[in-house]
Amino acid sequence: MKLRFDAVSKSFGDNHVLREISIDIAAGEVVTFIGASGSGKSTLLRCVNLLETIDAGSIALDGDVITKVGVDPNPVRRRVGMVFQSYNLFPHMSVARNVTLALTEVLGIDSVEAMDRARTLLERFGLLDKIDRYPDQLSGGQQQRVAIARAMALNPEVLLLDEITSALDPELVGEVLDVVRELKGSGITMLFATHEMSFAEEISDRVCYLDSGLIAEMGPPHQIFTEPANERTQQFLSRVLKGQRRD
Amino acid sequence: MPRWDRVKASFFDGELLADSFPRLLDAFVLDVMIFVWTTPFILITAMLIAIARNTRAPSLFPVRIFAIAYTDIMRGVPVILWIYLIGFGVPGIGLERPWNSPLLWGSVALGLTYSAYVAEVFRAGIEGVHESQRAAARSLGLSSAQTMRHVIIPQAIRKVLPPLMNDMVSLQKDVALVSLIGPIEILRQAGIDKAKFANFTPFVGAALIFLSITIPLTRFTDYLLSRERERTGGSRVR
Ligand SMILES: Nc1ncnc2c1ncn2[C@@H]1O[C@H](COP(=O)(O)OP(=O)(O)OP(=O)(O)O)[C@@H](O)[C@H]1O
Ligand SMILES: [Mg+2]
Repeated sequence: MKLRFDAVSKSFGDNHVLREISIDIAAGEVVTFIGASGSGKSTLLRCVNLLETIDAGSIALDGDVITKVGVDPNPVRRRVGMVFQSYNLFPHMSVARNVTLALTEVLGIDSVEAMDRARTLLERFGLLDKIDRYPDQLSGGQQQRVAIARAMALNPEVLLLDEITSALDPELVGEVLDVVRELKGSGITMLFATHEMSFAEEISDRVCYLDSGLIAEMGPPHQIFTEPANERTQQFLSRVLKGQRRD
Repeated sequence: MPRWDRVKASFFDGELLADSFPRLLDAFVLDVMIFVWTTPFILITAMLIAIARNTRAPSLFPVRIFAIAYTDIMRGVPVILWIYLIGFGVPGIGLERPWNSPLLWGSVALGLTYSAYVAEVFRAGIEGVHESQRAAARSLGLSSAQTMRHVIIPQAIRKVLPPLMNDMVSLQKDVALVSLIGPIEILRQAGIDKAKFANFTPFVGAALIFLSITIPLTRFTDYLLSRERERTGGSRVR
C-alpha cells in the first residue's frame, strides 16, 4: 500500500472536519475526492503532507506511519508534492527559481544540474519559453503548470492536487488537465480534490465522495457517476452536473 | 506683522550662510558617520528581533516574550531620553577611555531604539506575507528557517521598503539628537554659529544640508521600488 489512512479524524474546534476516514491507496493509483464545499477535501490532502496535524488515527506512507509525534515532516514532504488552488508560486522568484529552489536548498543539488532538471520539467509542461518570467507575468493556466512543475521537481511519489483548476478561467482549465493526464501516464500516485466531474470520471481509478467528513461512497468512477448507491451522492451529483454541462 | 526684510536678514543672510557653510559641512561628516555605523547595526538587530517575534515553536516562547518586551520598552520611551540615559549614564559609571565616549554610547542608544522601531516594520512585513506562501514552501520540504530566508523575508522586505526608508530618513535626522550629550555635529555647530552671529541662518544652512541627503535618499528608494515592480510585475492597470 502506498498510502494508508486509518481512522483519521481532525477537528477545528468543535467542527469535526474528518471523521474516522480510512482509505488504502495503491502505488500509481489516482483517487479523486469530490464533495460539497466544506466537506473536508482540502483538509484531508493537507494532512498527508503534514500541513495539518491529525487528532486521531494514522496515515502511513509505504508502511511507515508519518503522523506520529516526533516524525520530522521535511523528509515526508520531499516524497509528497502538493499543488494548490491558488498556485502559491513565489512571486519574487523567476519561474526557473521557483522550480529549482527545493532542488538546491532541500536536496543540495548544485545549481547547474538543478537548472537542467528545471528545463526538462518545464519543457515537458510546455513552459520552456517562460523560464525567465516571473509569476505575475503569466496567465493562471501557465502559473498552475509552473506550480505542478515545482511540485514535481523533487520527483515525489505522491502528488496532492487541491482543486487546481478552480481559480482558472474555463478556457485555461484544459491545459492544466492535460498536464495531469500526462502525469497519470508516468505512474505517480495522485490524490485529487476537484469539482471537475467529467475529468474526475476520465482520470480516476477510484472516486471518493466526502460528505461532512465521512466517506459516503467510494468506488470506480463509472459506478459513482452512473449508479451511485448513496442517496446523498445522487443528490450531490445531480446538483453539480446540472451546473457543469458545458462540454 | 513680521517684516520680510527682517525675516530675510535673520534667516537668509547670504554672506553668513557662505561663511558658516564649510563649518557646517565639516560637522555634518560626524552625522553621516553616526548614520553609517548605526544603520547596519539597526537593520541586523531589527531583523533578528522581528524573526524572534515570529517564531512559532512553543519552546521558543521566552524568545518571543523577550522580543515583545524589548520593542515595547524601547518604543515606549522618547529617543532623547534613551540618549541621555545611555549616552550620559554609561560613560559615567567609570569606564576607561575610549569606552567612556558619549559619542559611542549616544550611537548605541540611537541604534537600540531604532532597532525596536525597525523591528516592528519588519514584523509587519513578515506577517503580511500570506500564509499560503509558507504552506507552499513547507510542502516542498523546506525547513522553517529556509522558508524564512528564501520565501518570507525577501517578500517582507519588498513590502516594507517604503516604511523602512521612512524610518531611515527619521534616523538621519535624529542623529542630531546625539549633539545634546556633547559631540559637535551639525546641529550643535549651527547652534554655536547662531550664538556667535545672533542670526538663524546657520540653522537654515543645516536644514539645507539635511535635505540634500534625505530627499535623494527617498527618491532613490522610489526608483528601486519601481524598478523591482517593472522586473517581476505583470502589466499595470492604468
Ligand atoms: N484552519 C482552519 N481553521 C478552522 N476551520 C477550518 C480550517 N481549515 C478548514 N476549516 C474548516 O474545515 C471544514 C473543511 O474545510 P476544507 O477546506 O477541507 O473543505 P473543502 O472540502 O476543501 O471545501 P472546498 O470545496 O470549499 O475547498 C470547513 O468547514 C472549514 O471551514
Ligand atoms: Mg478545498
